Amino acid sequence: MDYISINSVSKVFTGKDASVQALQDINLTINKGEFVCLLGPSGCGKSTLLNAVAGFALPTSGEILLKGRKVTEPGPDRGVVFQEYAIFPWMTVAKNIAFGLEIKGVSAKEVEERVVMLMETLKLSEFRDRFPKDLSGGMRQRVAIARLLAIDSPVMLMDEPFGALDALTRRTLQDELLRIWRESGKTILFVTHSIEESLYLASRIVVMTYRPGRIKRNQLVEMPYPRDPAGTEFNRLKRELGELVMAEQVLYTNDELRL
Amino acid sequence: MPLLLLVFWEAVCRAGMVSPIMLPSPTAIVLKWGEWLLSGELLIDVVGSMGRVVGGFLIGAGLALPLGLFMGASPRIYEYCNPIIQVLRPIPPIAWIPMSILWFGLGNPPAIFLISLGAFFPVLMNTIAGVQNVDSIYLRASLNLGAGKGIMFRRVILPAATPYILAGVRIGIGTAFIVVIVSEMIAVNNGLGYRILEAREFMWSDKIIAGMITIGLLGLAIDQLMNRLNNYLLRWHRGLDS
Repeated sequence: MDYISINSVSKVFTGKDASVQALQDINLTINKGEFVCLLGPSGCGKSTLLNAVAGFALPTSGEILLKGRKVTEPGPDRGVVFQEYAIFPWMTVAKNIAFGLEIKGVSAKEVEERVVMLMETLKLSEFRDRFPKDLSGGMRQRVAIARLLAIDSPVMLMDEPFGALDALTRRTLQDELLRIWRESGKTILFVTHSIEESLYLASRIVVMTYRPGRIKRNQLVEMPYPRDPAGTEFNRLKRELGELVMAEQVLYTNDELRL
Repeated sequence: MPLLLLVFWEAVCRAGMVSPIMLPSPTAIVLKWGEWLLSGELLIDVVGSMGRVVGGFLIGAGLALPLGLFMGASPRIYEYCNPIIQVLRPIPPIAWIPMSILWFGLGNPPAIFLISLGAFFPVLMNTIAGVQNVDSIYLRASLNLGAGKGIMFRRVILPAATPYILAGVRIGIGTAFIVVIVSEMIAVNNGLGYRILEAREFMWSDKIIAGMITIGLLGLAIDQLMNRLNNYLLRWHRGLDS
């Protein structure tokens, strides 16, 4: 069953002097429970596509359907984890996690129960009354993930969420995300420019081209979890996808140098 | 060092090197201050002045805050109100004195009008800036969590703008404090500003200086209080780490 379908989606950004075709005729269907990574260099439109699914910036043409219903605005059925964390600095950890539930009008007692449980799941219990300024990047991203799990979005959209973290913290959070994904059966759309990260996480990798963003390769990844980044299959795919991505990266670099 | 200065000052006065009208001695000032305090008049003056500052400030800031929130959030309201505000803002409250007396007569009303005017603009300008500068990522995040307009305003835009708003409040209180002294010299017959002017009529330099020092101490106290409030309300704020 098509859970998310992206039908002939194009996006043009119109600037003062020039317009940029960020996405061109994207067709992609995602099934319930899939973990799809959008992979490509900067400027390939992967974040643009994610924002379109989130409803922040709708496509210029084409449509995006979630369970057959057209996406027209942001909403809690498609929770987003931003690269910049975007947890609210004026709320404590517990308050951040509770916010979405309070909006929904969930009773205080139930909110408290869910918050306690989620803080446990994401190992945040000790930090309950801390403000984000006192947390490390990894901790902040845990709060952001907990905040989404709280509202129980069936779809999680993640825009390079671990991009700013150190390698070890990133690995820990990747493992926790995989655990959460497998326990919850959520559908995840995850943007990254790291080939290794996409291979470690995704059940399917969509490689995108540099400007205009199109789908270059739609690759199922059938290695069992947990995956071994040093394994043969892992590295075979890494080499294969690496060539695809690097070809696009070259175009990006050329453009950069021209400016 | 300050003690040394005080001793020097006292010595110069005792030696009769300056007339007590030009510069009264520290002991004379303290004695006068004590007399003023014991007569009960000081308390009345302080309460009078502070009452005007608080009243005027609450009115000014109370009007500026909602207007600023609306102007910051809606470009249409901003476009509509901004031209008038840009013209009125540079007029110092002092320049409003004649008109305020014509409009409100003498006594507390014109004073409170002037004070609220002094507090209004700093709070307004900072509130507008605060709302306009809310990082769009927080708006997107709250939309994503399903927040409606009301919740977004109360729980995202308002707290995100608080650092700016509090900076405006601080400037506003400072202005209110200046304006209260001036307005008491003109339209009212109690308060610290009035008392200083009254003392001038009798050449009571010691009382003038005692009044000035009282004003200084009150200003300091208000600033300390604001500091506390700031630290409490912005305890989440990165800039306050020390």
